[in-house]
Amino acid sequence: MSAPLLTIADVTVELPTPRGNLRAVDHVDLSLEAGRTLGIVGESGCGKTMLSRAVLQLLPKKAKLTGRVMFDGQDLVRLAPESLRRLRGRDLAVVFQDPMTSLNPVLTIGTQLMETIQEHLELDAPEARKRSIELLAAVGIPAPEQRLGQYPHQCSGGMRQRIAIAIALSCEPKLLIADEPTTALDVTIQAQILDLLAREQRRRHMAMIIITHDLGVVAGRADEVAVMYAGRVVERAPTSALFKRMHMPYTEALLAAIPKLDAAPHTPLPAISGRPPDPTRPLRGCPFAPRCRYATGRCHEAKPALTSAEMPDHLYACFHPIQMAEGVGA
Amino acid sequence: MMQLAVPEAPLLNVDNLVVEYGLGNKTVHAVSGVSFQVARGETLGLVGESGCGKSTLGRAVLQLRRAKSGRVLFDGEDLTAMEGEALRRMRRRVQLIFQDPIASLNPRRRIGDIVAEPLIIAGVKDAAERKRRVHEVLSAVGLDPDLVAGRLPHEFSGGQCQRICIARSLVLNPEFIVCDEPVSALDVSIRAQILNLLEEMKARFGLTLLFIAHDLAVVKAVSDRVAVMYLGRLCEVGPSEQLFARPAHPYTELLLQAIPVPDPDVRPAESVAGGEPPSPIAPPSGCRFRTRCPRADQRCSEEIPELRQVAPGQFAACHHPLA
Repeated sequence: MSAPLLTIADVTVELPTPRGNLRAVDHVDLSLEAGRTLGIVGESGCGKTMLSRAVLQLLPKKAKLTGRVMFDGQDLVRLAPESLRRLRGRDLAVVFQDPMTSLNPVLTIGTQLMETIQEHLELDAPEARKRSIELLAAVGIPAPEQRLGQYPHQCSGGMRQRIAIAIALSCEPKLLIADEPTTALDVTIQAQILDLLAREQRRRHMAMIIITHDLGVVAGRADEVAVMYAGRVVERAPTSALFKRMHMPYTEALLAAIPKLDAAPHTPLPAISGRPPDPTRPLRGCPFAPRCRYATGRCHEAKPALTSAEMPDHLYACFHPIQMAEGVGA
Repeated sequence: MMQLAVPEAPLLNVDNLVVEYGLGNKTVHAVSGVSFQVARGETLGLVGESGCGKSTLGRAVLQLRRAKSGRVLFDGEDLTAMEGEALRRMRRRVQLIFQDPIASLNPRRRIGDIVAEPLIIAGVKDAAERKRRVHEVLSAVGLDPDLVAGRLPHEFSGGQCQRICIARSLVLNPEFIVCDEPVSALDVSIRAQILNLLEEMKARFGLTLLFIAHDLAVVKAVSDRVAVMYLGRLCEVGPSEQLFARPAHPYTELLLQAIPVPDPDVRPAESVAGGEPPSPIAPPSGCRFRTRCPRADQRCSEEIPELRQVAPGQFAACHHPLA
């Protein structure tokens, strides 16, 4: 096995707030190989976006980061700002949730695309323009030449997200981080954008991190899934293994709480009671314990570490993992 | 316009409703001749993508947006013909829950006052009676009235704010509530709590609901029947289970295919019908879905399809319905 493209080692992010330090990311370890897709799933406030910002080194100024982020042999945490700037947008690209706020409203689409291309690839203007048109066509934008002269507000939400993807792909990145790339879009457009990302990823042999709150989005599209809760990775496994057998009660509860298309109407949903803990008041024990139906005294006393049992690549942080007894070795 | 399997004396009967907005010198055709009925005690789900006119339709039903033409009969009375005091009296019987629970609560007012306000507007003068009602509905939605009544909205999470909004909508004992995307701003684990709560409240207070959402699975979870809307028109109406199992309109099928299923064994259908909804300023002639429809032909561009029965209780507006 070759060295992973990205290794997140023991990363913790703390943000000072008037109520005390908020630990947004709590000792997270993750890795991703070239050409693979990692899905990071969790609810709002679980730290998934802060973690991606830590990788991109785009944390708020006051944030305190410890740990290492190794990307392509370099530790991004210790990299000089100038080198970082060269890396971001070229080898390391990002697509954000809201394409209206990630695009500059007063610059044309062409300017924004060509800016990135010229900055990183040292192409002259006509070449950059030619490449911009190719990129817009590749992401499924009709009449790309006319689009170059338009402003973001003249495009629909789906179009804007396609443009944001075109900009992200413009320099053939090795890693693309897509942070809730389809949450602001309608379902039919969401499917188109997810297909587009998958197709471009295969074609470019690019690694991708999809950050989402929707287990449905990662199920068919990620090789591996990491579930986050209260700043920690609480379960991590290859996608098929995870959906076949969830060990962490939170993952199970999260999946159960999603309304299913094949369920009969008026079936009560197995809701998770309560809500996530206050991140400025960390719990001594497992952060999910207060909402967990399997929790015992031990869960309130100590934090379970991320470990594996049957399968070395299926990790979970729980003292009372579910579905362990049946089918061992199957 | 068309004959749906009319439930006996529907509580709500919307008849050929047209709502348009002016936009400069152009017209947005938000709702173009929509008819449906909701029986007493029923939940009708209304699904569609953003800009399809579902929220406008919900507002037009409550007369928060006046229709250009058409009628809205509530319990036999035409709301579109009502004004002033008569309309205000009628509004006690119909309520609305919005998408963003935090934005729909006044940040400077205490929860107890927010929930009591409809009572004041309705002229309930007795303060003790108001307090009793506020306590009753706050407990009903799972909040402790003594703990929350004196606090401000910012002290609550999104899910709790939605509980407060639901309490406010219940305080006048309404018969009918329009829920406009009530859970789409909430996290998955909270969403299930609120959906269960709505179902509980519906049973407990004998409510009739128009449940508007873009998420088909959410709509199915609470609805007896579902209406699918596209670009200002209804494509399909039918009993939830039947409509999801055997969609007759190609747009319903497209929506169903597009939903990401939380099961890695279900491969996502590679690029279902492409394209985006056209602008409601210049909707396509004939069937409005024809520009994205794989089955569209000449007739679809010339003739507006009417809702026709395709199976018992199921109606589709399509010249070439799926078998």
